Amino acid sequence: MRKSYWGILPIIFWLGLFLVVPMLIVVVISFMSRDTLGNVVMGFNLDGYKRFFEPLYLGIYWDTIVLSVTTTVLCLLLSYPLAYYIANAGTKMRTWGLILITVPFWINFLIRTYAWVLLLRTQGVVNNLLIGLGWIGEPLQMLYTKGAVLLGMVYTFIPFMVLPIYVAIEQMDKKLLEAASDLGATRWRAFWHVTLPQTKSGIMTGAVLVYVSTTGMFVVTDILGGAKSAMISNIIQSQFLGARNWPFGAALSVIFVITSLILIALFNRAMTAKHLTVKEGR
Amino acid sequence: MIALSEVTKNFEDQAVVHPLSLTIEEGEFLTLLGPSGCGKTTILRMLAGFEQPTSGQIRLDGLDLTELPPNRRDLNLVFQHYALFPHMTVEDNIAFGLKMKKLSKQEQTKRIQEATEMTQLSALTKRFPHQLSGGQQQRVAIARAIANKPKVLLLDEPLGALDLQLRKSLQAELKQLQRSLGITFVYVTHDQEEAMMLSDRIVIMNHGKVEQIGSPREIYETPATLFAATFVGENNIFMQDGVMIALRPEKLSAQHDNLEQCKYTGVISDVLYLGSVHKLVVQLDEEPMKVSIVLDPSQDYSWQIGQELGISWNPEDEVIVGS
Repeated sequence: MRKSYWGILPIIFWLGLFLVVPMLIVVVISFMSRDTLGNVVMGFNLDGYKRFFEPLYLGIYWDTIVLSVTTTVLCLLLSYPLAYYIANAGTKMRTWGLILITVPFWINFLIRTYAWVLLLRTQGVVNNLLIGLGWIGEPLQMLYTKGAVLLGMVYTFIPFMVLPIYVAIEQMDKKLLEAASDLGATRWRAFWHVTLPQTKSGIMTGAVLVYVSTTGMFVVTDILGGAKSAMISNIIQSQFLGARNWPFGAALSVIFVITSLILIALFNRAMTAKHLTVKEGR
Repeated sequence: MIALSEVTKNFEDQAVVHPLSLTIEEGEFLTLLGPSGCGKTTILRMLAGFEQPTSGQIRLDGLDLTELPPNRRDLNLVFQHYALFPHMTVEDNIAFGLKMKKLSKQEQTKRIQEATEMTQLSALTKRFPHQLSGGQQQRVAIARAIANKPKVLLLDEPLGALDLQLRKSLQAELKQLQRSLGITFVYVTHDQEEAMMLSDRIVIMNHGKVEQIGSPREIYETPATLFAATFVGENNIFMQDGVMIALRPEKLSAQHDNLEQCKYTGVISDVLYLGSVHKLVVQLDEEPMKVSIVLDPSQDYSWQIGQELGISWNPEDEVIVGS
C-alpha cells in the first residue's frame, strides 16, 4: 500500500501544479477588483458575480448550456451506430474505420473549421450546388447562425464520442448476446437490454468529454457563429484578452465550472440510477 | 426427441463435423465426449442455433429447426463461462428469458421461485453475478435456462471452470436435477469420468467423427475403436494375430509361478496402492510397452518392484478394437 502512494506522487504533483493551483488563482481573481488600466488589484468585491446576473449574460449562459447539451446528444446519436458498426466489422474494416475517425486530427483544426466557412457561406459550395440543382432560388443564410455553430461543434467533437463507445462495445463479452438470443431475445431487444447497458461506461465517458470540450470551445463560435452566436467561452476569452476585466472573466469561469460539475453529477446519477455500476463479471 | 440426420459442418473447407446421424430420446441424458477440437461443441452450437450446419437437418419433435434462429428454438443453453448478464441481479438474469417470452408477472414470479428453489439460490436473488462464487454463478446459469421450461437443456462444459471438489458435488446435483425435471439433457465435456457418471448414453467423438455411441457400460466393456478403448478409462492394448485387442487392467491376472504358461512376461516397474484398488505397472519383456494390472483383492501376495511375473487373461474378455 505504502509503495503505491509513492507511485502516484508525480501525478498528484502534476495535477496540483497545473490544475488545482491555476484554478485557485482563478477563484481568487474572481473576488478581486481591477483598476482603470485593467490591472487586477487587491480588494474583495463581488462585482464579477453580480454582473453575471445581467440579462445579456444569463441569456448567453443559457444558450451555452443548450448548445453544449444539444451537441452532446447529437454526437451520441451519430456516434453510437458508427461505433457499433466499426466494432462489429471485420478486422480490415475496423482498422480503416478507426483510421478514418482519427484522420481529421492530423489536419490543423483552424483549417478544418475554415473549410466549413467555404462550404457554408452565401457563395459557398453548398449554396452553389443547391442553386445549380434548382432546389432553391436565393442562397440560404447558413454561416453565422447557431446551426452552423452546432454543426461545427458536432463535427469537431464526434471522435471524442466514437472512440470511448467503440472501446466499450469492443470489450463487451459477445457471449452475452448469444445468451440473450438463446433466451428468446430478438436482435433489437438483445441490443436494448444487454449491449446498451453494458456500454454505458463508454457513453458516459464520451458524453462528459464532448460536453466539457464544447463549453470551452470559442474558436468554432468565433469562426462559424459570428457576433450573434457568442457563447460563455467567447465572453470569458474576451474578458481576459480584450476587455482586460480579469475578475469578471474569472467569475464567469468559476460559475461555469460549477455548472458543469453539477450537470455531470446529475447525468452520472441518471445513468447509474437504474442498475448498480456495471462491474466486470466472470 | 431430437433427430440429427446427416449433419455436417465445415469451417472454411475444413470439416469439423463429419456426417452425423443421431437420435436423442426424450428425457435422455446424452453426453458428447471427446478431446478439445473434436467437434462436440460445434454440434451443441448447431443444436442451439449459433452455427448453421453445412448440410443435413436437425429436428425437434418433428419440427425442422435447421433454419430457425436461436431465439425461436425451444431449447436453452448453459454456457461454458455462464455468460450471466453482469448488470442484472440473479433474479433479473433468470427473469430475462421469461420477459422475452412476455409471460405474465405472476407466472414470472412463480417460475423464478421454482428455478431458484431447485438450484438453491433462493437467498441470493438480489445479488449481482460478481458477488457470487463460481459454483453459485454456475447455478444461476442453470436456473436461468430451466426457468424457460425448455424441451431440451444444452450444457457446454458447465463444470469446466470449477475446482475438483465442487465439480463432484455439482455433478451429483445435475444428475438429480435432470431426474426431477425429466427433460432431455445434451451435455458436452472432455472429462470421461464425468461423462460416465452422468450419462444415459455417451457419444465419443474424435476429429469430427463419432467413434462410438453407447451406454457407459457398453463403452467401458466393449469399446468399438482403439480411440474409445483408450479415451475412456484405462486399457491395455495387445496385438494378437494381426488384430488389436483391448483388456481392462482388472481383466488381467498376474502370475508369480508357471511363467512359461503365460501369454506375456514382464518386470514390475511400480506397485500402486490406491485404497480400494491395488495396481501393478509391468514392463513387458517382449515388447517396449507398459501394462497395468488391477490385482484380485482375494489374493494375498506381496509383489515387489523388479520382480519377474507372467500375465494371463480369459480369452472371453478380449475386445477387438481394430486391426
